[in-house]
Amino acid sequence: MNYSYYPGCSLEASAKGYDESVKYVFSKLGHELIEIDDWNCCGATYYMATKETISLVISARNLAIAEKKGLDIIAPCSSCYTILYKTNHILKNNRILREKVNQALRKVGLEYHLNVEVRHPLEVLVNDVGIETIASKAKKSLGGLKIAQYYGCQIVRPERGLDDKDDPQMMDNLCKALGAENVYFPMKTQCCGGMLMTTYPDVGLGLNKKLLECAKENGADIIITTCPLCQINLEAYQNKINKKFKTDIKIPVLFFTQIVGYALGGTPRELGLQRSLIPFDPEKISREELR
Amino acid sequence: MTKGKADQILPGMLNEKERELRNSFLLQIKNIPGGESIKKCIQCGTCTATCPVSYTMDITPREIIALFRAKDIDTILSSRTIWICASCYSCTVRCPQGVKVTDIIYTLKRLAIENEIFPKKFPVYALSNSFVWFVNHLGLSYEPGLLVAYYLRTNPFKLLGMIPLFLKLAKNGRIGFFPRKIKNKKNFSKILKEAEIVENIIPMQES
Repeated sequence: MNYSYYPGCSLEASAKGYDESVKYVFSKLGHELIEIDDWNCCGATYYMATKETISLVISARNLAIAEKKGLDIIAPCSSCYTILYKTNHILKNNRILREKVNQALRKVGLEYHLNVEVRHPLEVLVNDVGIETIASKAKKSLGGLKIAQYYGCQIVRPERGLDDKDDPQMMDNLCKALGAENVYFPMKTQCCGGMLMTTYPDVGLGLNKKLLECAKENGADIIITTCPLCQINLEAYQNKINKKFKTDIKIPVLFFTQIVGYALGGTPRELGLQRSLIPFDPEKISREELR
Repeated sequence: MTKGKADQILPGMLNEKERELRNSFLLQIKNIPGGESIKKCIQCGTCTATCPVSYTMDITPREIIALFRAKDIDTILSSRTIWICASCYSCTVRCPQGVKVTDIIYTLKRLAIENEIFPKKFPVYALSNSFVWFVNHLGLSYEPGLLVAYYLRTNPFKLLGMIPLFLKLAKNGRIGFFPRKIKNKKNFSKILKEAEIVENIIPMQES
């Protein structure tokens, strides 16, 4: 099956490894991702917090362009996913806003007819492709690698009925089927603070310290996540957290597709693993496999 | 209208500013699917209990709704609370009455920005504003530019502290040195211009 692909701004820069690994995983599983032609920024939470109609308009421009191809949209960045999903939901429910948005889009000959679904790659892998199919195509076992699955806020909340909002299982089941060992990680949907790391660093560092410590105490080798902002918050500030709270945390934080891609036979370079700030050596897994 | 005796504020009456804020709040809240659920709040405090950052707020999410009912939106807008909210939606999914707390806070943020009720070098506003500038001019966000613009507006010295991280990210190919523009920027600007016009249209009441 083919999907429209909305990478979003982060996947072109700080989360390049996510972009590379999503593409790798989908192509290995025989699905094509067709990038939305000349997509623009979804507006993220900041535009939503500034101007309502304009934020819906810029987000809907992507939906309208994708609609021409008639495919579901895949948006890996949790924030893009939430904003595009929310825009779709609001436009489907509010006639006045829909008219306003279309009036702006018609200026350049676009119009959105509500015929697109916005989806997250994790959910597509679990529901469309199926965990069994992925496991059967795996070339390597994850060899008992201890993983803490961190879902963050935006893909399970606000409720979309995809998975449990407190104890989601999609990533857990996927990792288990690929041979990993899931550690107990009760903070899997606690907030990382998002941009609070920039605006109120004290609050942001505190939230991330709790998450990292919880993963460490439960014996995780790595943390995997679905969101570029969660990934950078958890990965890039570990030094600062150690300094501030006198902790000793050093744990790689990867995107879930990098782990799935590795199981499917991807090399570290194909999956963008060399981009990690805290290096993760997948050979460690293979060595364990020999046991 | 000149301020005559009849306009004096009596107990239970709203002053002009509060009345305006209230009207624009109520209008925006209607745009949220399920926004009117705010009426159903039972003041149980589940939102506050579940909020990961409520401990740093000056008024709690529960108090926001209490203050709204007490007709004091001005106090809510000048609080630090609406800007601390990280939009994690914990309150929204746990509310037993289905109140869309996070979306209500978004509405309040927009209201505060529209009316410029916040300190001058306010961090969240500086960040939002820089972000919006980049999206308007490129059609895309540009992470390094955004952070530089943000720190220049708030505390330029902190920018120095960010340099080691920038360098590390650059070394790993995670920073683009030049911002990219979307291809059809002209069309994008046209849409934005029209969107700005429709933003301010207030539709007639639906029957």
